[in-house]
Amino acid sequence: MSEAFVLDRPAPTGGCAETPVLRERGQREVFCGLTGIVWLHRKMQDAFFLVVGSRTCAHLIQSAAGVMIFAEPRFATAIMEEKDLAGLTDTNDELDRVVDRLLARRPDIKLLFLVGSCPSEVIKLDLSRAAGRLSEKHSPAVRVLNYSGSGIETTFTQGEDACLAALVPQMAEAPANAEKSLLIVGALPDVVEDQFRRLFAAMGIGRVDTLPARKIADLPDVGPNTRFLVAQPFLGDTARALEDRGAVRLDALFPFGAEGTTDWLHAAAMAFGVDELKFRAVVAPGRERAARALEKVRPALEGKSIFFFPDSQLEVPLARFLSRELGMIPLEVGTPYLHRTHLARELPLLPSTTRLSEGQDVDRQLDRCREARPDLSVCGLGLANPLEMEGLTTKWSIELVFSPVHGFDQAADLAELFARPLNRRDRLSDAIVPARAARREAASCN
Amino acid sequence: MQLTVWTYEGPPHVGAMRIATAMSGLHYVLHAPQGDTYADLLFTMIERRGARPPVTYTTFQARDLGTDTAELFKTAVIDAHARFQPQAMIVGASCTAELIQDDPAGMALAIGLPIPVIPLELPSYQKKENWGAAETFRQLVRHLTQVVERSPMAGRRPSCNILGPTALGFRHRDDVVEITRLLQRMGVDIHVTAPLGATPADIARLGAADFNVVLYPEIAGEAARQLEKMCGQPSVRTVPLGYGATIDFINEVCALTGLDPAPVLDGVPSRMPWWSRSVDSTYLTGKRVFVFGDATHVIAAARVATEELGFEVVGMGCYNREFAREVRAAAADLGLTALITDDYLEVEDAIAALQPELVLGSQMERHIAKRLRIPCAVISAPFHVQDHPARFSPQMGFEGANVLFDTWVHPLVMGLEEHLLHMFRDDFEFSDEAGASHLGGHSAAPQASVQTPAPAPVAAEGQPLASTEVGTVVSEIVWAPDAEAELRKIPFFVRGKARRNTERFAVEQGLATIGVETLYDAKSHYSR
Repeated sequence: MSEAFVLDRPAPTGGCAETPVLRERGQREVFCGLTGIVWLHRKMQDAFFLVVGSRTCAHLIQSAAGVMIFAEPRFATAIMEEKDLAGLTDTNDELDRVVDRLLARRPDIKLLFLVGSCPSEVIKLDLSRAAGRLSEKHSPAVRVLNYSGSGIETTFTQGEDACLAALVPQMAEAPANAEKSLLIVGALPDVVEDQFRRLFAAMGIGRVDTLPARKIADLPDVGPNTRFLVAQPFLGDTARALEDRGAVRLDALFPFGAEGTTDWLHAAAMAFGVDELKFRAVVAPGRERAARALEKVRPALEGKSIFFFPDSQLEVPLARFLSRELGMIPLEVGTPYLHRTHLARELPLLPSTTRLSEGQDVDRQLDRCREARPDLSVCGLGLANPLEMEGLTTKWSIELVFSPVHGFDQAADLAELFARPLNRRDRLSDAIVPARAARREAASCN
Repeated sequence: MQLTVWTYEGPPHVGAMRIATAMSGLHYVLHAPQGDTYADLLFTMIERRGARPPVTYTTFQARDLGTDTAELFKTAVIDAHARFQPQAMIVGASCTAELIQDDPAGMALAIGLPIPVIPLELPSYQKKENWGAAETFRQLVRHLTQVVERSPMAGRRPSCNILGPTALGFRHRDDVVEITRLLQRMGVDIHVTAPLGATPADIARLGAADFNVVLYPEIAGEAARQLEKMCGQPSVRTVPLGYGATIDFINEVCALTGLDPAPVLDGVPSRMPWWSRSVDSTYLTGKRVFVFGDATHVIAAARVATEELGFEVVGMGCYNREFAREVRAAAADLGLTALITDDYLEVEDAIAALQPELVLGSQMERHIAKRLRIPCAVISAPFHVQDHPARFSPQMGFEGANVLFDTWVHPLVMGLEEHLLHMFRDDFEFSDEAGASHLGGHSAAPQASVQTPAPAPVAAEGQPLASTEVGTVVSEIVWAPDAEAELRKIPFFVRGKARRNTERFAVEQGLATIGVETLYDAKSHYSR
């Protein structure tokens, strides 16, 4: 088989497939699924995301979206008020009024998502019925769907999973004799999506679709002849919904780094009967480019230890990439949710010394991090500056979700995201922040 | 339901976080779903704090709903007490926890911690961030402050508390430094500054000061009233924001304490009055200004704009309804009707219709102004990371007045520069295509060509919700090509106003077409 070609080096003995996982409950320092809107709306160009929630929800999205909020983005919040909760107004009438007003102002919108939040879930506002009613009312101009991005049900990137899973029933049934097609699942930056399309075309794979599509009109059909590749590790529900429609998931590493990307592309090549030599010829230039570029970053990262706080579910594949292709040492890899099926090829490739943790008790995890004193800690923006002040170098994790990081030609950019904070630490004189320097000194004496 | 893209204020529990984060020795246990920890990054990123806010969230999830959430809350309180050993604790619910009706107050008290535990009732579906901060501070005072006997003020240095500065406050850090210095130079001792930098023990001894200085009425107004009632302390309520207001503040403090204002007023306490009187500032006369933000900063800014810089305030308003009455009164003094709204689209419409030459506002107005190509300075929260600067930059006191002058005048074209622009307006370097350097115009798109009516709003990615044709009062009026060409000879930064005035003039005169003559007739009609 072509395992030797696909994997750059042999798998470590044991790996992390059988390692016991530290499962914790406690305070979780994570985003809720509403945050997914911030990147999803950029990808789906004729969709609008209307959160039905509280002022907190509006404030969250505003804080997460930063400057983007001012570009008149295609998302908003219908803030529930006292009178909505007290039953003084019919919440459904209110929702209809808000949606009418919104659609009248934005006639370019073809797809409207009603996004559930914690408050709307707790008061059991039936948004799926509302979506059905509004869909009928505004048909055929606008389709109205719903999903939940609430914190009680979803963590950060799971918002994308819930959104895409809501799109699956909207995909037409592919005819039984349909040509075998490949579906890439997960919102990728356009530039990355285009790179993958070129590679698949060069392999001779005829039809390649994406979920989500850039426009709702281009939503592909699905059926037993659909083979799909999941591009992101957080799409469990979407994969299950596709499998329920007869589509078949192709098991692969996630396309991070030269190795991950090769394996991911190879899964499709095998499913579509692409000749092995042809596959090698198609991927070789990109793979060599990636390897060459990674060699330049490697000295900055090799031998450095890394600690992942849970955030996006990207942690396991990223730790695999950093340890195998750049020589980093993952101490703890935290993830909000460990999807064993989708990570089946990833886990054996992690060093067996890695501690896997699922869920979070943030104060205890911070204790472990301080104890371990990793060279680099990957964490959210609520923890990053406080850890820096304690003398620990950090990489803020949200950037990994917003930046183009998949595929051969982004492999070195991805590595660079981790190398930059270490580089900066080395450039800046410690003398400038005496308190911080003292802490670091005290820590290194221990 | 209210359709919202941007919100000027967060929910009330964020106000409570601002109090807790400002203090030390106080811990906040917030009953809230997973995800509400997003608010931490406002403090660690915008304020660049090097420590996590002293807040523990229960972060309940769907599987916890039912009786489990109450248990989670209790565990969180006990763990937070054991780990952080605070002097006092505040407990409460965020918007979602408010709906599931666990009783944080009752549960926290039932635990029987050996420290004061103060329950907060913050109605998330009615109130907002500033109210939450004010209520939290008031409850701290109500529960912790002890009533003590004070000796007569005569024969010793008087002392005061400075009330109101918080975490995430617009320039609170430096205002406190400036006002502390000012009061000390007057001969007043600072007893406690709170909430910023205070501990619960400090809150307990607030009552020993002779009087209170209310720096930010939005946050400290209620607490000061509580202290008046409990401890009989008078409050100084003049906000020392601007040169004149600082003088008034000094006089009010002196009237209360019997101190002599002369020593601090002697010499040149601020450069601002002279800067404003120097001939280069003549061009500021009558500049049309729109002011929006929180009530305190708006009222102060309107006074500085009219009395100290010679601007004309053409519109003003605030987003915090609790202080609408004060803003309405201040606006009425200037012959204006205040705009009280938390809908930024309304603010945008008002600015577009008025075509001011300068906008003073929050982060939001900064973006509206950028889009409408109007100079702007930030005077109020909400603000972004660049308005929590490393350098000393108070808004209050005499140094604050200096800062205001520089900050507001900087985005305007200074007198000499404006004169040169007029002289060389046909020069290639000053043509429209060169853009506006003072607006960061290197990124601005070139203005529309002669055929299309200018100015068009620029820098609008995506389609605007409100498509306000900037400066166009009545769209059916036709501009003759030669008039359009003439209009384009007017520098872009006053062109919007010229277009608007000319069209209004044409409507009044019942004209269907605007020619070159109409343009100059209108100019003469509106000349001041």
